[in-house]
Amino acid sequence: MSSVQPTVIARELSRHFGDFVAVDRVSFEVAPGEIFGFLGSNGAGKTTTIRMLCGLLAPTSGSGSVLGLDIARDAHALKHRLGYMSQRFSLYTDLTVEENLRFWGGAAGLFGAHLRERASWALAMAGLEGRRRAQVRDLPGGFRQRLALATALLHSPSVVFLDEPTSGVDPEARRRFWELIDELAGEGRTVFVTTHAMDEAERCHRVALMHAGRLLALDTVPRLKDRFPSGSVLEISCPRAAQALDVLERTPGVSEEALFGERLHVVLDDPGRRDEVEAALSAAGFSPLEVRPISPSLEDAFIHTIRSAEERTRAGAAAAERGGAA
Amino acid sequence: MRRTLAVAVKELLQLRRDPRTLMALVGMPVILLLIYGFALSLDVRHIRLGVVDHDGGPAAREVQQAFLSSGYFDLAALRHDERALDHLFDTERVQAALVIPAGYGTALAAGRPATLQFVLDGSDAQMATTTLGYARQIVASLSPVVRKPGGLGPMRPVPLVWYNPDLSSTRFLIPGLLGFILMVTAVVATSLAVVREKERGTMESLRATPLVAIELLVGKTLPYLLIGSLAAAGAVALAWLLFNVPVSGSLFWLAVVTLLFLAGGLGWGVLISSLVDTQQVAFQAALISAMLPTLLLSGFIFPISSMPRVLQLITHIVPARYFLVALRGIVLKGTGPEAWGMQAVALVIYGAAVMLLATVRTVRSI
Repeated sequence: MSSVQPTVIARELSRHFGDFVAVDRVSFEVAPGEIFGFLGSNGAGKTTTIRMLCGLLAPTSGSGSVLGLDIARDAHALKHRLGYMSQRFSLYTDLTVEENLRFWGGAAGLFGAHLRERASWALAMAGLEGRRRAQVRDLPGGFRQRLALATALLHSPSVVFLDEPTSGVDPEARRRFWELIDELAGEGRTVFVTTHAMDEAERCHRVALMHAGRLLALDTVPRLKDRFPSGSVLEISCPRAAQALDVLERTPGVSEEALFGERLHVVLDDPGRRDEVEAALSAAGFSPLEVRPISPSLEDAFIHTIRSAEERTRAGAAAAERGGAA
Repeated sequence: MRRTLAVAVKELLQLRRDPRTLMALVGMPVILLLIYGFALSLDVRHIRLGVVDHDGGPAAREVQQAFLSSGYFDLAALRHDERALDHLFDTERVQAALVIPAGYGTALAAGRPATLQFVLDGSDAQMATTTLGYARQIVASLSPVVRKPGGLGPMRPVPLVWYNPDLSSTRFLIPGLLGFILMVTAVVATSLAVVREKERGTMESLRATPLVAIELLVGKTLPYLLIGSLAAAGAVALAWLLFNVPVSGSLFWLAVVTLLFLAGGLGWGVLISSLVDTQQVAFQAALISAMLPTLLLSGFIFPISSMPRVLQLITHIVPARYFLVALRGIVLKGTGPEAWGMQAVALVIYGAAVMLLATVRTVRSI
């Protein structure tokens, strides 16, 4: 990665809307051929970041480049080179598959034989060869998303930005959509994809976690999970799990606790304190108790990351207050 | 250029899928022309005329005959005493009265000036003015006949009305109506076109393509320019066939001026849609901003010269104002660009200005 020029570079990128800071000094690099996942809840600043990188929104401060083009100065040139699939469905439902391809190809500047060739490529990719004259409104959601992706790729961009491409699509269609993403990366294209689904994030080469406009973590999935010492994440099954959560909150040695369905995930300060926690629960009457160490999921890692970040913010604010009082 | 064309083709395809909108765009002008064309007439006909004839001779009968055969007047009462008129006016049995004094015939025969009295009900000023106009015209047309052949005798002013000899208000109003209808159709059509993309969320994707604002806006406008021209041609044909308002001037210049006007209206529609975010708001803004100024401030019905100074200044930004002068010139007078060239220039400036504003707005609305 060090010898190759990164496809996407963000340096201290910020965007404010009035007083609201949507994106707060975000920096990262994306390598060619990488599937780069942007994970975060709604309002975390994912879409705002993507819009800045696509030249649709000017940064308030900081800079960025895509394929060596500056996102503020070369926005127009950039649009010839990148593909973008917006969060909102971007095809004309009252036009046919073929008419959509012809229009979006034309808008991207393709014409003649080249446009026809790319349109048939897109039809094949979306699996819609037999339905070129179908109106898009009559297509199932999965096909629509594949067609939208194919449309974003008509002009063969070497980097493509996908903003929550699989929202509202059934699991099977989602799986097939991700096969397409793998294929694109296999061809050497860079895929920048936002999601809030953990299973999708697991398929990315590297994942960036955004929360409240800030980039909290950026690494490969295994290394994100490795942030915990082994044996420090426990899965606990017991009756009345929701009430047990309250007990755990007050138990010393427990740094994090969360309810996963019927079970509890607990993160310990130190793997050696497992017995203490078990004893506390038994004493409070939560038995039979079943405790086993688990390898942390990506979700555990993210909850951990977000909570530590929030604690740091609180601690910082408290320190500032004390400083102000003195 | 190619990208602009791609937008235009897409827009036409979408219009084809939406027959209701298409029908509204082509059909609305025709229907409006029919409704307004028949209803909007400032002409006064079948005026109830009372006649008081003190003379009773052949010359007096000739005057009466001229009034009654003009088609504007119906004989409602024939009396021999003016005092009866009061009652006739009060009960609205007559709207105007013609009084022929005794000795009218002998005065004429002797070559002395002879007078006729014409009494009007001034409570409806509009109608009284029109009626007086008719009466003057009739008397004027009578004078040379009543006078001895050869045209000797006292001179009288002979009013001659050009371009619209029977002062038919339909003839005067039809060009204005055309302007009004085209403006409303053009503005409504395009104001919806861009907002629709915003509402559907396709605008975001369009902006991520190399398509620039002006290409998008021009591409969006072209199909409506085509449809607007078709609607305009239909309306002109209808005006000719139904309301007997033929185009006296060049059809080529008519087309040029109409296209310029349409482009301005379409530009205004695009400007509206770059300012608002929903089709509903766009529709209302388009309707009001196209209808009211075109109806009230263009000289369509109310002459601009009789407006207060401030309103007169405002009329300068109403494109229909320029279009109507040129249109009346071409349709009624058959004049060429030398007569209305400045109006055409004004239309070009208006169209360019609104399109520029719309482009700037669309670029900024990032």
